Amino acid sequence: MLEAALPKVVIAPSFAIMIIFIYGFILWTLYISTTKSTFLPTYDFVGLVQYAKLWRIERWWVACRNLLVYGGLFIFFCTILGLLLAIFLDQKIRIEGALRTIYLYPLALSFVVTGTAWKWILNPGLGIERLVREMGWSAFTFDWLVTSEMSIYCVVIAAVWQSTGFVMAMFLAGLRSIDDSIIKAAQVDGAGLRRIYWKIIIPSLRPVFFSTFIILTHIAIKSFDLVVVLTRGGPGYSSDLPATFMYAYAFTRGRLAMGAASAMLMFAMVMAIIVPYLYSELRRKRYA
Amino acid sequence: MASLKIKNVCKSFGAVDVLKGIDLEIESGEFLVLVGPSGCGKSTLLNLIAGLETVTSGDVMIGDRVVNAVSPKDRDIAMVFQSYALYPNMNVRKNLSFGLETRKVAQPEIDTTIERVAQMLQITDLLDRKPAQLSGGQRQRVAMGRALARNPKIFLFDEPLSNLDAKLRVEMRTEIKRLHQRIHTTIVYVTHDQIEAMTLADRIAIMKDGILQQFDTPDQVYQNPANLFVAGFIGSPSMNFIPARIVRRNGGLGVTLDTGAGQASILDIHTAADALASWRDKDVILGIRPEQITDGAGAQGNHGSIQTLPCEVQVIEPTGPDTLVFVRINEKAVTCRVHPDAARRPGETMELSVDMSKALFFNPTDGERIL
Amino acid sequence: MPEAIRQSPSEVAHRIFIYGVLLLFAVYFLVPFFVMFITSIKTMDEIRTGTLIALPRQPTLEPWLKAWGYATIGVTNEGIQGFFWNSIRMVIPAVLISTFIGALNGYVLSKWRFKGSDTFFAMLLLGCFIPFQVILLPMARTLGFLGLSESMWGLVLVHTVYGLAFTTLFFRNYYVAVPSELVNAARIDGAGFFRIFWRIMLPISIPIFMVTIIWQTTQIWNDFLFGVCFSTGETQPITVALNNLVNTSSAVKEYNVDMAAAIIAALPTLFVYFVAGKYFVRGLTAGAVKG
Repeated sequence: MLEAALPKVVIAPSFAIMIIFIYGFILWTLYISTTKSTFLPTYDFVGLVQYAKLWRIERWWVACRNLLVYGGLFIFFCTILGLLLAIFLDQKIRIEGALRTIYLYPLALSFVVTGTAWKWILNPGLGIERLVREMGWSAFTFDWLVTSEMSIYCVVIAAVWQSTGFVMAMFLAGLRSIDDSIIKAAQVDGAGLRRIYWKIIIPSLRPVFFSTFIILTHIAIKSFDLVVVLTRGGPGYSSDLPATFMYAYAFTRGRLAMGAASAMLMFAMVMAIIVPYLYSELRRKRYA
Repeated sequence: MASLKIKNVCKSFGAVDVLKGIDLEIESGEFLVLVGPSGCGKSTLLNLIAGLETVTSGDVMIGDRVVNAVSPKDRDIAMVFQSYALYPNMNVRKNLSFGLETRKVAQPEIDTTIERVAQMLQITDLLDRKPAQLSGGQRQRVAMGRALARNPKIFLFDEPLSNLDAKLRVEMRTEIKRLHQRIHTTIVYVTHDQIEAMTLADRIAIMKDGILQQFDTPDQVYQNPANLFVAGFIGSPSMNFIPARIVRRNGGLGVTLDTGAGQASILDIHTAADALASWRDKDVILGIRPEQITDGAGAQGNHGSIQTLPCEVQVIEPTGPDTLVFVRINEKAVTCRVHPDAARRPGETMELSVDMSKALFFNPTDGERIL
Repeated sequence: MPEAIRQSPSEVAHRIFIYGVLLLFAVYFLVPFFVMFITSIKTMDEIRTGTLIALPRQPTLEPWLKAWGYATIGVTNEGIQGFFWNSIRMVIPAVLISTFIGALNGYVLSKWRFKGSDTFFAMLLLGCFIPFQVILLPMARTLGFLGLSESMWGLVLVHTVYGLAFTTLFFRNYYVAVPSELVNAARIDGAGFFRIFWRIMLPISIPIFMVTIIWQTTQIWNDFLFGVCFSTGETQPITVALNNLVNTSSAVKEYNVDMAAAIIAALPTLFVYFVAGKYFVRGLTAGAVKG
């Protein structure tokens, strides 16, 4: 009978870890977000005061607006470029292996490294600005990195550079799994290549679009390292994202409860996207 | 070797009842085939015998021992799987010896056993190969070898031939039969293929929807099916089922058959008619196998029972030794098996001889046999 | 892809266009690394006078030596080397432990399912997606409570715990595709839970071990969030140290040293990528199409 219990015994530690370190901790954070904790946690319940306060803080608004701008552009460009590259790579390209290796290597890099590289390239004194001026356009200015209204776009540039290859890989896998005979049937029906792509291939990649969207959204919401390295959330807090906001409030400014509240809101954002996704994925698997 | 008893076994997965009270009993050395359409519960029953699943209620007995709570490894059984389930990381020799090693059999004994089994199945020169390097038929042999090496009380076969191509399947079928004749071990064999069931079995258990429909010898199952399902399932081409009315005829009973060629005919029913008497002037289903509707020359048997029926030929399908002729009787497509030379062309009318002594009658509402 | 039937002039132009676009993107992906590299072997004088893409006139290894051995990071002047070893010491145990437990979990969740195991899996799957901000505060408290907040073992614990969801997922999805008949055959052959795991499952798991180990190594090596939240000074991993170097507020910015340090921080994962790219990509898409 010991044998019968073995699987449960083996799973038990992981189960305990999951309950404590994931769900327990989430509840703890939720609880802290309903207190007045500052540097140290206190446990007197004050309701949703922190959440109400949060929405009165200009910096949180900036972070959320930035997330919308950054997330939107990041997802848009990654998807468009990734799809384009995947379709082009899928045209029996001779050096496909080498190209794929090149497109994907940024994914092996830490966001910190990516940030360091782009921080240097985009820096107004010696970077692209200088390069273009040396080429003859002496009035050229490119100072997004140090301009409040533009700094978030620098984050977009670096993030797109890093993640496009991943989207390309997803789409390429999708393209390769399309049943060849459908395409042959369309060719026999006399459809041209462009029409086949628009009417048959791209529509049949819908599940890949869906997964890509979910994953990129998820990456966008969690983005932290890149902003810290590239702009440190600045100038001022102009390029803050919820993740950097949370870090600043919880770890450097000693506003634990506020940090916890912002973390819970991030959690809510991710869950709003992930739960329906996982639900549909698991359900699809079950009835597949 | 051991006998096997299944006593009122039920199995449910959640709210789904997969097996609803199965009773079976075979003697030591018998070859039992469990057959039925997919979803009938035959594989579940095999897994219960193997101990891979546990019964919800009832008993599984191997020999005189109730094994309900005994784990597979202690039941002294061996099993051949549909996908062969050869361990991909081990070569053939290791595949054969894994079970023996696990049971801590001494190495010299393992070696002689493998030698013997490999010779019996002619896989000696495959012993050092990995499963991935074997053809389908070779894998099949290794899978059987793995079972044989263990010399168990009962062999279980789970659709072992269904992944092979048609020709190889027939060859391996014969080989399994030969093997059984040689080693005389108790075998439980699951298949959805009624021909495999007929050719291999000492006794066939036909299942449907978790219920045992009939449990008998191949001959009895064929000649004497318990109900419409069994009658239709066993035999190829299937038995013809013709809705027909029982009428009074020449002091006895007859059955009305309309072939569309002129007036409806009434054929005499010669068999002891007591059971049918209460069905007079009522509709029944007449079951008659294709080989019992044939051309005049092909018809054999009790002359009195053979009656002729003119039919318009609709389609013909030559199979070689016989030609199948499709006609319509009582608005139903009916298959007849005739000699190739006797077959007429579509559109023509053909005198067919019906052997009414072999005809079966079924209750149209519940499908049970009347006679 | 649909096959081009024959090569007309317009099709040739079409092909050239496609190759052109693909190569352009290759350049786009390569340039940042190229710029990093040439910057890292220039002197500061050259950097101040030249442009981004100008090749170094007098290549020097000095920035690399400084980045590795004596650049000022935080309060120390010993370069990035100590932090590099920190990361190594953190990655190895965290990867090995989380991978091994993940393999066992995956084995149970695919081949020894029990009532509740699917629920457990679904809950764990959700754990793959939580934004870690939501566990940072309690984790910091817990590490403090365990006395691990100043040691590398704290980070090992954190990475092991939050890597488990992924490693379990990887192995579970791999083992689900292994026919259950294999396990049944071994059970009938008399093998028990662990014997089946060791003798049957592990030997066929090499590809998924590669995928998982590479995935975990990359994730943990590249992590910044946990590093910056749960380590201080001497115990920081290399990503945190790199950020400290790059974002230091000291007077003179030494871009060449920054770039050398960044490349050093990138080398281990790049090495893994180029050596085992196939498994790396498989991990990416497997980690992506979760469930």
